[in-house]
Amino acid sequence: MIDVAFVVFSVAAVASGYGVFRVDSMIRATYLLLASFLNVGAILVLLLAEYLGVALLFMMTVEMIVMGLFMVMFMMNPAGLNPMNMVHQPRFAAAAGVVAAAGVAVVAVFADFPVAPVDAESATTRELGIELLGGSMLVFESIGVTLLATMVCSVILSSATGRFGDGYEGSVAPALEPGGDHRPADDLYDPDAAGGMDMDMDMGDMDHGEMDMGGMDMGGMDMGGMDMGGMDHGEMDMGGMDMGDMDHGGMERDS
Amino acid sequence: MNLMTVLLVAAALIGVGVWGALAQQTFVMLMMGIEMMLNGVILAVAGFWAFAGAGLPKGQVLVILSMAVMAIELAIGFALVTAVYRARQADMTEGIGSLKG
Repeated sequence: MIDVAFVVFSVAAVASGYGVFRVDSMIRATYLLLASFLNVGAILVLLLAEYLGVALLFMMTVEMIVMGLFMVMFMMNPAGLNPMNMVHQPRFAAAAGVVAAAGVAVVAVFADFPVAPVDAESATTRELGIELLGGSMLVFESIGVTLLATMVCSVILSSATGRFGDGYEGSVAPALEPGGDHRPADDLYDPDAAGGMDMDMDMGDMDHGEMDMGGMDMGGMDMGGMDMGGMDHGEMDMGGMDMGDMDHGGMERDS
Repeated sequence: MNLMTVLLVAAALIGVGVWGALAQQTFVMLMMGIEMMLNGVILAVAGFWAFAGAGLPKGQVLVILSMAVMAIELAIGFALVTAVYRARQADMTEGIGSLKG
């Protein structure tokens, strides 16, 4: 009876595992991988590792749900609308897979392992619990700390600020017009963030008749999105530049 | 059901995983190949524990270690996929082939 169940679960595990890389839909692949894991969990229960089998079952169910979300995010072929080849180097990959399987299979068939089967009467789950909180406690606690470090690392790696680019990249919807600024409105008034020029210069005692703007070309100046069409030049505030007594008659600006 | 048959099933799972990881183009499908290999590893370790390890509980701890490796691989892998996509807009292995010799 156990042998029949083992054959059924084994065939199901390998067949669904093969199907993972044959189906076109990445969501179907995720569920097939889950099926493969569930069958391996059932084999673990047959091997009298009940706790591990059930733990694998629960863990992989949740893990594959998360995986399904990522599959949707990175899907190559949404809804099967765009038939395409999802694989590359298929012959090399198949040969490598056959070689890997054959290598392990040769060891399985020809190696001489000790025969020491687990006692069917022993309480394996109880023994595992005592081992985890006894002799192997360091291993158990190290796994816990490593998982915590994994959480921190994955948050840092996947955060929007990342290692490059500004903090809003990828987290703010693109602008409605091409070339527009995608930053939040309250950030546009920050001269550094809005990509504006540094206009902090003293022009108080300048001879405005023949204005020397220090090499600054006013014609092609990017005014940072400022609308100066209807501006009263008598009280023009250009971000710290005092141009109150400037002779605007001689100044040409075609911005 | 003996050690040889369990190891043969594990060999098939590992082979399928190697094939999938090398053949698939998308990063997430590549990670599924790695998961499949670890699936076979878990089965093999459990088989050794059940048939050649006299049921010592330390063998089960090794299976738990393999499960932790699988979880960490998945979490870090997804974070890396997200980081690579942010930096290079690449979701396939060919997309970051600029370091290829």
